[in-house]
Amino acid sequence: MNRINQLFEKKQQNILSIYITAGFPNIDDTATIISEIEKSGADMIEIGIPFSDPLADGKTIQDSSSQALQNGMSISILFEQLETIRKTVSIPLILMGYINPIYQYGFEAFCEKCNAIGIDGLIIPDLPVWEYTEHYKELFEKNNLHNIFLVSPQTSSSRIKEIDSISNGFIYIVSSAATTGKTSDISEEQISYFSSIQNMKLSTPQLIGFGISDNKSYTTACKYCHGVIIGSAFIKALQTSQTSIEKIIHTFIQGIREQKK
Amino acid sequence: MNYFVDTKGYYGNYGGSFIPEMLYANIQELQDNYLQILESESFQKQYRELLTEYVGRPSPLYFAKRLSEKYNTNIYLKREDLNHTGAHKINNCVGQVLVAQHLNKKKIIAETGAGQHGVATATVCALMGLECIVFMGEVDVERQQPNVKRMEMLGAQVIPVKSGSKTLKDATNEAFRFWINNPDSFYIIGSVVGAHPYPDMVARLQSIISEEITWQLAEKIGRNYPDYIIACIGGGSNAIGAYYHFLNDTRVKLISVEAAGKGIDSGKSAATSILGSPGILHASKTLLMQTKDGQVTEPYSISAGLDYPGIGPVHAHLFETGRAIAQNATDDEALQAGFLLTRLEGIIPAIESAHALAALEKNTFKKDDIVVVNLSGRGDKDMGTYLKYKDVYLK
Repeated sequence: MNRINQLFEKKQQNILSIYITAGFPNIDDTATIISEIEKSGADMIEIGIPFSDPLADGKTIQDSSSQALQNGMSISILFEQLETIRKTVSIPLILMGYINPIYQYGFEAFCEKCNAIGIDGLIIPDLPVWEYTEHYKELFEKNNLHNIFLVSPQTSSSRIKEIDSISNGFIYIVSSAATTGKTSDISEEQISYFSSIQNMKLSTPQLIGFGISDNKSYTTACKYCHGVIIGSAFIKALQTSQTSIEKIIHTFIQGIREQKK
Repeated sequence: MNYFVDTKGYYGNYGGSFIPEMLYANIQELQDNYLQILESESFQKQYRELLTEYVGRPSPLYFAKRLSEKYNTNIYLKREDLNHTGAHKINNCVGQVLVAQHLNKKKIIAETGAGQHGVATATVCALMGLECIVFMGEVDVERQQPNVKRMEMLGAQVIPVKSGSKTLKDATNEAFRFWINNPDSFYIIGSVVGAHPYPDMVARLQSIISEEITWQLAEKIGRNYPDYIIACIGGGSNAIGAYYHFLNDTRVKLISVEAAGKGIDSGKSAATSILGSPGILHASKTLLMQTKDGQVTEPYSISAGLDYPGIGPVHAHLFETGRAIAQNATDDEALQAGFLLTRLEGIIPAIESAHALAALEKNTFKKDDIVVVNLSGRGDKDMGTYLKYKDVYLK
């Protein structure tokens, strides 16, 4: 069984998924960061493949992506770094990336390699639903990869249902009409959007992402779904602190999970 | 062979709408409505009226006598440079702003490279009393100050884009990001790029160029098609506008001239059809300049309007099917052609359009051939560059 399904089978609440940019801050940090995130108690990891033109990302992830590219990161290098990751890491791993680098690598080779390494799912924000079902669904399924779809406040309820019906793993709920990394308190409007989705009783579990950055937003969002995804706030933490990477990650994840006393 | 968009938004292998879900509703709204709006009587009436009364159309199809003598053929210049705001860009902006009004959108956003599309957008927004925000790479803001000032004078807010390479590609990224954050706004894209239906919508709005060529030629020479149409191509909106009504008429040879910059192999070029490969940028599959890892690379051309790393998907299809021939001109060849037109015909062309003129030098035409060159814009904005090279080319 796919590790994402296993996770949601044993845990329905407070799931924490952390996004990282592969090759950031340093090119060889990827595997260490993944291990430390698991050790610190997160439930899932999204490994971002850097792209020169990340349309859906705000400044933090744009910057981490260009840093990673300057560091020399590429899909081939990432696959080398992940070659033996399953010897040490057992939580679900998802690759997240824009379509063009994957297209250049070759979709088939990419999916096969993901399967061989033990990747459980893919998030490709600019691969629309129609393109996926028409051209890629079979390939993903053959390689035991879940395609994770996004829904946003712009997505109609009929479309959410349609996405639910073709989803496997979980649905990524984009918290507001925004690119990644916008932080402000969760508004009443967002709450009503979250509860409307909650009330739809979808068959696929849901995680909320975009703008989740601290214990407060984590706790609020978790009331309405199975858990959250945190990206920009984690990338910022990696940038700002002066201590060891292990310590930064541990402190960050603990800070998300536990309310400040 | 079909050269027009299919129901899925594709031109053969190219096109589509590779947008994140956050923009799905906006794109869907456009896909569902654009044809109905464009073909409606009320739109056509407003659009045609504005083109005539405000833009100054039809633009002349001018027989360039001295240029024709030089190349020993018959050269007609389609004078898009005489449009209000100085280029073909306004044709599209007039149409899209009406589409925005039909969809009841109050806030307009646009990207711009050299500033021509930004100025045209700011112009129609001033005309319609709409809020206008233009994204422009910081590098372009610095080198195109007069256009920045024009946009501001017209009431637009110009936002300098500091991400990536700080040029047109990044301005487009930033416009898309703003659109994600402000889904109530309407994005007026300036070329035949972006998610379906933009390439088709922009092509239709620019097709007024070829529509006029058809009847203007009939009036002038008693035959409603030329043997050649030559146009420069960055994203390719002026080119598709000049080709549109002739796409299925294979008697008409189409020559698209890309910017070779300092030379195809110099590492400083924008000749996408030679240096590019299929890829996906700004929501459509097309030919793209990129690394082997799929990272988009920065093009170069002396002309800010041609240094885009991709081309419109329709042009990728026209090249692949052989319907259009890709040629290119270097900075040097374009400047030479620009100065030549200035001295032979008293017309200072935009450096973009000078690339199309440069193709006259590279092709052999028969004495009785009819050659239409789309003179997409005027050279006022390029005076700084022309003056810099004046002594080299005007001896």
